[in-house]
Amino acid sequence: MTILTSAANSSHDGLQQLEMRLRRARLGLGVGVLGIVMVFVSFTSAYIVRQGLPTLDPRTNTLVRDWFPLPLPALLFFNTGLLLISSVTMELARRQVARFTTPTRAASIPNVFAGREGTILWLALTAVLGLSFLKGQWTVWREMQASGFYVASSPTSSFVYLLTGTHGVHLLGGIFALLAAGATVLFRRRAESRVVVLDVTAWYWHFMTLLWVYILCLLEFAR
Amino acid sequence: MATGEFAAHEAHAHAAPQGFIRKWVFSLDHKVIGLQYYFLALTAVFVGMFLSLLMRIHLIWPSVSLPLFGEIKPEAYLSLLTMHGTIMVFFVLTTAPQGGFGNYFLPIQIGAADMAFPVINMLSFWVTFLAYIVMLSAFFVTGGAPLHGWTGYPPLSALPSAGPGEGLGADLWVISIALFCIGALMSALNFITTTLDMRARGMSLMRMPLTCWAWFITAIFFVPLVTVNGQLAGHKGGSPLLWQHLFWFFGHPEVYIAILPAMGLCSQLVSVFSRKPIFGYKAMVYAMLSIGIMGFMVWGHHMFMSGMSPYSGFAFSVMTMAIGVPSAIKTFNWLGTLWGGKIRLSSPMLFAIGFVSLFVSGGISGPFLAQPVLDIPLHDTYFVTGHFHLIMGVASIFAATYYWFPKMFGRLMNESLARWHFWFSLVGTYAIFMPMHYLGMAGHPRRYSQLTEVGFLHNLLPLQKFITYVAFITIAGQFIFLFNLFWSMKFGKKASDNPWEATTLEWTTATPPPHDNFAGRTPVIHHGPYEYSVPGEPRDYVMQTDPLTVAVR
Repeated sequence: MTILTSAANSSHDGLQQLEMRLRRARLGLGVGVLGIVMVFVSFTSAYIVRQGLPTLDPRTNTLVRDWFPLPLPALLFFNTGLLLISSVTMELARRQVARFTTPTRAASIPNVFAGREGTILWLALTAVLGLSFLKGQWTVWREMQASGFYVASSPTSSFVYLLTGTHGVHLLGGIFALLAAGATVLFRRRAESRVVVLDVTAWYWHFMTLLWVYILCLLEFAR
Repeated sequence: MATGEFAAHEAHAHAAPQGFIRKWVFSLDHKVIGLQYYFLALTAVFVGMFLSLLMRIHLIWPSVSLPLFGEIKPEAYLSLLTMHGTIMVFFVLTTAPQGGFGNYFLPIQIGAADMAFPVINMLSFWVTFLAYIVMLSAFFVTGGAPLHGWTGYPPLSALPSAGPGEGLGADLWVISIALFCIGALMSALNFITTTLDMRARGMSLMRMPLTCWAWFITAIFFVPLVTVNGQLAGHKGGSPLLWQHLFWFFGHPEVYIAILPAMGLCSQLVSVFSRKPIFGYKAMVYAMLSIGIMGFMVWGHHMFMSGMSPYSGFAFSVMTMAIGVPSAIKTFNWLGTLWGGKIRLSSPMLFAIGFVSLFVSGGISGPFLAQPVLDIPLHDTYFVTGHFHLIMGVASIFAATYYWFPKMFGRLMNESLARWHFWFSLVGTYAIFMPMHYLGMAGHPRRYSQLTEVGFLHNLLPLQKFITYVAFITIAGQFIFLFNLFWSMKFGKKASDNPWEATTLEWTTATPPPHDNFAGRTPVIHHGPYEYSVPGEPRDYVMQTDPLTVAVR
């Protein structure tokens, strides 16, 4: 995973330093991501096991099936689109910063914005799209409640709230990371700090997008 | 892997912070964070011990009115039981060996200047601290502490009407566990990255001390483990059985995570104080790995009672027996290390041998409980209580304290007090928990708060009384340790840099270690961690940083 292919042009030490910090930060992120993956692996297994479990109906004293599939609001798919676009803008911001240290890698990116202003713009756009996604998810919850599906209404609905809510909380963490990245771009003078922070934020954000697509597929296809 | 490591040390050559708050409270220094964890665990262990004492008093004198507490109601007994278990498992057994000693010594033992992410490290401690405060606060809210046991089985844990403490108290309990898991995850992230990426030159993975291996493996298994525990939140309208599965999928590896660092510490000490290389280094590493992996496949043995399919029961039983194999490998390797060694019976060694002894005694009853046929009558009895208390590896925490105290505080702990403490603890532990096995076989249920009204338990009451008396004495013995700890910080004999003549990196640096651990030097490692009594060497130990000689390569 070396992103620095040539170390000839700039100071060798600085690049080695950057590579080391980048590797370490990505390793740490990888471990964290693994943790989040495990949360959703366990949710998935509980979701699937719970589908097959009957419940005791106290009135008739018989085992009944209480798992009813829930129609997904169409807004969810619109939200998904927002998140996918935000991943693109995030990637643009990341490459914008990375190009300062790796001219070869980022040469193919269209030079729409240059310098810090450009990076900030892409980051801001990502944050706005992310917040719109969260607002959209909130609206979905309101719609579900309006049609009578509360958290404890049925095991199905509590899983929908659980999966979307947990993802939302993690995405909110991503928004905070975006804010931190923005502050780094604005106030940190060292290019390598910008590269590391942007890099980790971007990979986390992409992971959030991927995770959401997975959750949507789970809710859509495994019900 | 080795490239860039030098840059790492330059990047970390930060100046030591000066102000009190940055230095001791919100410190980024892994050594201070380690001490913070250690003292958190120390307060927790005394709280947990005090709770157990209240339980023991209630068991044999149910109607006695205690000063400040009054009479202990049966519900209050269950609260004590819950909080004792939770505090001991999470805030002592998980916190002291991993958070405390791991934070302090892992970076030093691999030759790093600090953890990979010092800020996350600091956060992990403060989140754990918050979790501890939230847990304790459950005592003071309406209804008091929860009474569903540390396992939190529903429906008892899910319905506020189940009893006092199952409302707000249970909520606080869940929040505290969730916080604890977040803290543990951040800590694990640091342990893994540090071990993989920050080892000094020459410190290959197979040259790491076994303590580092233990901390590393523990951290790896922490990641899936604590996050699975996110399930705590997901239990609405669910099934009690599903909860049991999920809880034990978390809970069983959790107890192995408590034992793994203890095993690493024990391996280290047995080698140092036998003046012999550890017997079967690689076998030790692989045994720890397989204990960690298999720990995830045996959760069902806590649930033989749940009416699971006999086939699943059989599978879990076989897996559980199989985990005895790596455990036995470790035990035999410890014994093999002791065999023919020039044993120095200093206090750390006493406790390490004590750990081996308790581990074997507690472990032997494991295969009994691993069989569904035997587990069904024994499961809800004192047999299980005896089994897990013996095996939980507390002796190893004491051993590590006596071993590393000179490095942490620059002074030696008082040796005679340490010996008194050892004999009080060892004899006390056996005298408390061995009779419990008998109680269990006689059919004495655990978790019951009232014994006096049940006919067949009446004859067992003298044994319960004996256990309580011994508990008093053993707890009194722990104050010897507490006194020794604080007294030696101030008045102990000054320690040299390497008082135990050990080989690992923490003993090459000053005592206590400087802020960046090696005072600007970057250690280069030439040897494995257990080069003791090498023929042809002038001393009977070769430090890991010693240059290559003819005798050792």
